[in-house]
Amino acid sequence: MSSNDGKKRVALALGACAFAGTLLYFVVGGIGNNLVYYWGPTEVLAAGPKARGASIRLGGLVEAGSIKKGEGSNMSFTVTDGKKSFPVRCTSVPPQMFREGIGVVVEGTVAGDGVFESHRLMVSHGNEYRAPNDPAAINLKKLMDSTEGLASSDKK
Amino acid sequence: MAAFAAFLKKRADLTTIAVRAAYGFSLAMFLANVWMVAALLRNDFSISYVAQVGSISLPTWVKVVSLWSSLEGSILFWGGVLAIYIAVATRSLNDSHGWARPAAIGSWLVCATFFAFLIAGPAQPFGTVVDVPTDGPGPNPLLQNHVLMAIHPPFLYGGYVGMTIPFGLALAALITGRLSPTLLGTLRTSMLAPWTFLTVAVVLGGWWAYEVLGWGGYWAWDPVENASLLPWLTGTAAVHSAILTERRGVLKGWTLSLVIASFLLTILGTFMTRSGIFNSVHAFSQSEIGPTILAFLAGATIASVLLLGFRVDLLKPDNELDRGASRDTAFLAQNLLFVLFTFTVLIGTVFPLIVEAVRKVQMSVGRPYFDRMTIPIGAFILFVMGVGPALPWGSSSREELKRRLLPPMGLGLAFLLAALAYGIRTPWTLITLFFGGYTAWVTIFEALRPVRTRMKFRTDGFLKAFAQDLFGPGRRRMAAYVAHAGAVTAFIAIAVSSTSGRSLEQNLKQGESMTLGRYSLTFEGIEHAQEPNRTSVIARIGVTKDGKDLGALRPMMNQYATRRESIGTPDVRTGLVEDLYLSAMNIDQETGTVGLLVLINPLVSWLWIATVIMAIGGLMALFSSARVGQTIEASPKLQAEPVR
Repeated sequence: MSSNDGKKRVALALGACAFAGTLLYFVVGGIGNNLVYYWGPTEVLAAGPKARGASIRLGGLVEAGSIKKGEGSNMSFTVTDGKKSFPVRCTSVPPQMFREGIGVVVEGTVAGDGVFESHRLMVSHGNEYRAPNDPAAINLKKLMDSTEGLASSDKK
Repeated sequence: MAAFAAFLKKRADLTTIAVRAAYGFSLAMFLANVWMVAALLRNDFSISYVAQVGSISLPTWVKVVSLWSSLEGSILFWGGVLAIYIAVATRSLNDSHGWARPAAIGSWLVCATFFAFLIAGPAQPFGTVVDVPTDGPGPNPLLQNHVLMAIHPPFLYGGYVGMTIPFGLALAALITGRLSPTLLGTLRTSMLAPWTFLTVAVVLGGWWAYEVLGWGGYWAWDPVENASLLPWLTGTAAVHSAILTERRGVLKGWTLSLVIASFLLTILGTFMTRSGIFNSVHAFSQSEIGPTILAFLAGATIASVLLLGFRVDLLKPDNELDRGASRDTAFLAQNLLFVLFTFTVLIGTVFPLIVEAVRKVQMSVGRPYFDRMTIPIGAFILFVMGVGPALPWGSSSREELKRRLLPPMGLGLAFLLAALAYGIRTPWTLITLFFGGYTAWVTIFEALRPVRTRMKFRTDGFLKAFAQDLFGPGRRRMAAYVAHAGAVTAFIAIAVSSTSGRSLEQNLKQGESMTLGRYSLTFEGIEHAQEPNRTSVIARIGVTKDGKDLGALRPMMNQYATRRESIGTPDVRTGLVEDLYLSAMNIDQETGTVGLLVLINPLVSWLWIATVIMAIGGLMALFSSARVGQTIEASPKLQAEPVR
């Protein structure tokens, strides 16, 4: 191998590194700004002002007596995980199974007035998210996993 | 499985044994599949898989497709498809492939052994049931909901499983340290078959989501969708870099790397979709199959990287890569863009998994990431697809470049103005349409270049010249431009449909109406339908456009006998300009109300049309290069394609 070849290789390697670095910078930045957090009411409350504007999937049970229908498809209700609860305002038409006490996942963010504003409402199909000895407590991961809403775009 | 005998190569009699082993595996696996289908049709619930997914009430077609509707059966089906591929591929190899032949067969059989092991071990479709039930639950209702369930999986398997063949050939090239023209030809052909299947499968998956899931779109950057897209991206890059390797004798190691990456991504995709780490209809149940596939993926990756690391230097380039504004550079740019695309999607898909594994936090990467990263890359790919074929091979003068590159601008501007007139203002959509017009011109112009030459020098009529080119030596070239034409169409359809649609959600009481754009929708009443395996509640929606009656659409909710939840089916009025998409979110029979999601989706049907065009291009290339392969075997010096 001539020294010219060696130089070429070094240049090529440097170019590849620069390319990969730039790519990584954009990708990491892009991912960081577009994360969707899977949270329950407790986690949303714990996040405080950080939750405002962040993309969140809020999971929990629809609290009994909290559903209020508004104009058109507007609706509000409260989501609870047995310990804490969080108010939700929803603009999407609810799926068939939506009712009090059922596990739901709403996607959206916390608005300025401290209410969770959602454009997408999904209902859990399973029952496995309920804790065996405490009906009010839930397993958040299992709830997320068993949610397969009609309006869901990514649960195929 | 006496597959490993094949690795003791360099002895002719062992090659014969390897060939026999390959045929033996194929026959056994094929018969196992036939046996299972027969059992499903006979409702033989003493076999565990039939007890799990079978049901007497199912229509016959659902019984047949039940073969791939659940985990164990789908692995069996994988084996079946692999059997067919290995049999055909083994047949296509002969002595002219030299020692690459036993090496390739050996690699295939290692993969085959792994899947045979999966069927015999973690996934056991043929287990016996002690208490034989009288009836079974039937497959997941989402999978019974549409005939696409019968079509999408075989195409996807045709793509996924088929990547094993070029993978084996690539390993063979590395093991023997030589990529002969014969082997390269076979490699390219063996890439085209799975590529064509995968192209159709990716879009069919989107079509299924569109027709069944009812959220109104066809692509959501869902991990499952990404899993099907990733090997397609590297596969497309490989098909292109193989042309450069064939023509210039360069980038041999790179082409092999892309082929290997495509295979590894299919295994990664299988792991992601089947192991249950992502919840979806593809993840049938939590099972021990995940770690096994992961182990195989790790093994295959390590083996490939080691082989590449130690042997790739043996594949010396025959030429220098051309620099400057030439078609060579365009091929290179295309390759880099596709690899970039792959990395972007791969990282976005895998990132949540890593975070969950490390920090035990559940999250996902949102759609905006994928959109923001991939739209510019996609637009550049479209640009290269236009400029590349317009450029000559090798270097050329400035005047030549101007003469080739400027005229297509006309159609680009025309598309741009049409989009502005239609009311499109999204910058990236406008850019895509400009590049789309440019590329469409280049594609048609270049596709017909030999035809024009023929007409000029032989004074043939257009049709005669066209037919001679299509059925003569120009088919492979024509095939490429047909595939490009499909791709341009797809780009435009995706750009417009994803940015220029409109949607509205509303609750309607019986007799009430709503309007969206030029459509007016009236909820006329509730209907019922009864089928053997389900009952449906249907919302009849009367549709008028600009006051003209278009009849009724019937989105519905289906209740399956064996399942608790009801599942909706949207109704779509498909048109060449736009689709009207109605999805019933809920139907309340007591109060007589329906919650409707209504969308107007422009140009979506062109995505389906585009896919058919691309698949035709793939098939044409497949059949022309099969023939080219034969001529190369006859005379190794022969160049496959006339220059330009």
